[in-house]
Amino acid sequence: MSQTANEPITDRPPVNADVTPQARPRRFNIPTEALRAYTMLFALVVIWGYFHYATDGIFLRPRNLSILLQQMAVTGVLAVGMLMVIVAGQIDLSVGSVVGLTGGIAAILMTWQDWGLVPALLAAVGAGVLIGAVQGALVAYANIPAFIVTLGGLLAWRGAIKGISVGNTIPVGLPSFKAIGNSYVAPSIGIALGVIAIAALLVMNVRRKRARQRHGLAGESMLNMSARVIIPAVVVIGFVYVMNSYAGLPIPVIILLAVALLGAFVTQNTTFGRYLYAIGGNPDAARLSGISLRRHILAVFCLMGALAGVAATIFTSRVGSASPDAGVLLELDAIAACVIGGASLMGGRGTIFGACLGALIMASIDNGMSLLNTPDYRQDIIKGAILVAAVGFDMLGRRRG
Amino acid sequence: MNSHITNSESQKTVSRLPTPDSRLPTILEMRDITKSFPGVRALDGVTFDLFAGEFHALVGENGAGKSTLMKILGGVYPHPQYGGQILIEGAERRFSGVRDAESAGIAVIFQELSLVKEMTVGENIFLGREPRRFGIVRWNELYTRARKLLDDLHLKIDPRTPVGQLGIGQQQLVEIAKALSQEARILVLDEPTAALTDAEVETLFVILDKLKARGVGMIYISHKLDEVFRMSDRITVLRDGRSVGTEPTITLDEPRVIARMVGREVGDIFPVPDHAHGEVVFEARNMTVEDPNVAGKKLVDRVSFAVRGGEVLGVAGLMGAGRSDLLMAIFGAHAGRVSGETYVGGKQVRITRPSDAIKHGIGFVTEDRKRFGLILDQTILNNMTLAGLTKLSGRFVTNTDAEAEAGARSMRELRVKANSVFTVAGTLSGGNQQKVVLAKWLLTNPRVLFLDEPTRGIDVGAKQEIYAQINQLAKTGLAIVLVSSELPEVLGLSDRVLILHEGRITGEFTRQEATPEKVMACATGHLKR
Repeated sequence: MSQTANEPITDRPPVNADVTPQARPRRFNIPTEALRAYTMLFALVVIWGYFHYATDGIFLRPRNLSILLQQMAVTGVLAVGMLMVIVAGQIDLSVGSVVGLTGGIAAILMTWQDWGLVPALLAAVGAGVLIGAVQGALVAYANIPAFIVTLGGLLAWRGAIKGISVGNTIPVGLPSFKAIGNSYVAPSIGIALGVIAIAALLVMNVRRKRARQRHGLAGESMLNMSARVIIPAVVVIGFVYVMNSYAGLPIPVIILLAVALLGAFVTQNTTFGRYLYAIGGNPDAARLSGISLRRHILAVFCLMGALAGVAATIFTSRVGSASPDAGVLLELDAIAACVIGGASLMGGRGTIFGACLGALIMASIDNGMSLLNTPDYRQDIIKGAILVAAVGFDMLGRRRG
Repeated sequence: MNSHITNSESQKTVSRLPTPDSRLPTILEMRDITKSFPGVRALDGVTFDLFAGEFHALVGENGAGKSTLMKILGGVYPHPQYGGQILIEGAERRFSGVRDAESAGIAVIFQELSLVKEMTVGENIFLGREPRRFGIVRWNELYTRARKLLDDLHLKIDPRTPVGQLGIGQQQLVEIAKALSQEARILVLDEPTAALTDAEVETLFVILDKLKARGVGMIYISHKLDEVFRMSDRITVLRDGRSVGTEPTITLDEPRVIARMVGREVGDIFPVPDHAHGEVVFEARNMTVEDPNVAGKKLVDRVSFAVRGGEVLGVAGLMGAGRSDLLMAIFGAHAGRVSGETYVGGKQVRITRPSDAIKHGIGFVTEDRKRFGLILDQTILNNMTLAGLTKLSGRFVTNTDAEAEAGARSMRELRVKANSVFTVAGTLSGGNQQKVVLAKWLLTNPRVLFLDEPTRGIDVGAKQEIYAQINQLAKTGLAIVLVSSELPEVLGLSDRVLILHEGRITGEFTRQEATPEKVMACATGHLKR
């Protein structure tokens, strides 16, 4: 715990970290990660409850929830990539501009060059990867801090889209492209996806239980076990039900879910993911354990670039056109989502689940305040205050724990 | 236990108080100190006192409560957070914080130094207390006063030098100067020599003797019993949060103190070597390492050695002799330019980065486990499997089952004390952390294992276990290269000892030939083979 990122700054002399387990105060038996997740979920419930009450019951209507989740899709996809970047101890300030540039490239190719949907989308994602590779190489091989490289990128990629679009907003007429951001799958498909999700949940928990038994870990109580299955299952059923009572699952939400699941798998179940946490947690130890820091940092920036391309597709498709200003400040939303979700900007800590929850909290506040017709300037102030307060509460909890 | 063996004769001649001199005033009394953390009683009725001009050693295993006791004295845990009384010169004091304790004349120098590296020595000494007029710092006065303080300690340090440019030993001395500038009459030193060279240790001790003569009372926490015996007037042993007794040093000896620390009699803490030597497993020829920061300076100069399966090769030398640089260079992890050849199992191998070394069967338990060895935020399991992950788990997708099994086995074999493999590494004691680092490298299936200071800062019990483990590993045929600053450790464990001095090999002895005197002579460059 001595290396936590947001270690409180105090004027005390450094406290000897070589403390035996017995001497370390333990207030909660719940692991801090889980505790944090519960706290966030609780915050979300409070926020939803408040807006539902304040909007006279509009907020939690299926139509609004559907819109809210679609609004969240872009930030969510970016937050997944950003989380991996942050876990590796890096930062990417350029993603908003990259969204603008790659969305612009796709629109230009489809509208001005008459490219088809798939090649144009591949070009957008490919451009994202390329940009990520350039930035990642500058960070990893030229040893320029990521903050500087991507701050430069923030300006340069924005300049690039302004240049190639000659300052014009480029409308996209292609119906199949517009469908990505604005259509829904049939309710039956939503139900099928829900059933698959619940089945997967069951299989995973049974396997987990067996694994725990094999390793002689204490068996979980029946209550615990059923909570692990039933609560998420209820969430899945509720989610599909609510979405179906409006228009079905929105495509952007399905893309976000796919990206988030993939991200969770990569961070939790691959050597690549494990190495990202190691690199962010202690780069020296990671290097001496035979991990190539450079290759992994390069890769994580490429991944971020690819996801910026995906986010750009959703964004441009929802709006129906690519403007040179598209995606301004999105990087800050993505970073805020990660931080609210418990990621440490010093690296080594954070989860995809947390980042997505963070994005959902941000989107809920945006959506709720818009419903309440809160003036724009006030929305910005409130969002800023919430970001700082979220980290503040976190620090408070850590200092005590 | 460090390398003061050569001084062992002179130690006895230094005048020590045979018994606490009743003429010396008691400056500190801590009565019946109790401190609880939720669920744990860290200190249980500890009574401790200190005379003016006394050197009082406080020893005990990690977790015995030494640091907690000193944090109470230093105001880190302010008044109502502990039970019992603190009396300074007979008057009860209740400190509200560190500043409060400082103003009562107590200075605590913790293991981690609290100097600002970018600032000069003078600025550091007077940090927060700069001499000023109308809020404007009077630099001339500051530096004159700093100069005088340093002169008093006979330190040849320019007060205008940035602290970052000083070695760790000199920084330690600057800390002491800072404490003196606050007119501290009670000086607490927590493992002050852990990072010092022998020459720096000597300087420190000379200064401490001066302070003693001035009537400063010193509380000295150390794992190095030879230093404790050399310097102290009285020794207090803590065990499991209780005082096991305070006695004049002259009435004690090392085995008895160790027995009190661990609560049992310890025989020889080094295992009897019973491993046979096989073929040469690893060989390095003409290893040369250049200093990445100083052009032309060689940290290691044409060093060649070979180590056989089942053999423990000790590498002795003073700090800065190039021991760690040598291992880092072979492992492909040195920042400087490296030349030389390496052979594993008779075949030449090219190692340019750590992953090459791992691939060829080299494991490296690096020094400073917190900095180079562990990811403190992560679980024991994730730390143990980090270096051998692709072998243990899967090339791309991890297999938690296989990992947990390997991790649990390692935990049992190395006797890591923790609830499960999912315990966070940062919460473990030093000894258990070191075992986790050792497990990490054993899980890569090495043929040769480098150990760099494998027992630094861990308690006697854990040391003994690690020694037994090293012996056990050698028995299974592993080739082991052991770097240690603790001479008894090198001599007690190694079948053969190499001595480095300023980057070159200045001596090589078998277990039978090696004596502390010979090794120290080579290490200081006074003897050529």
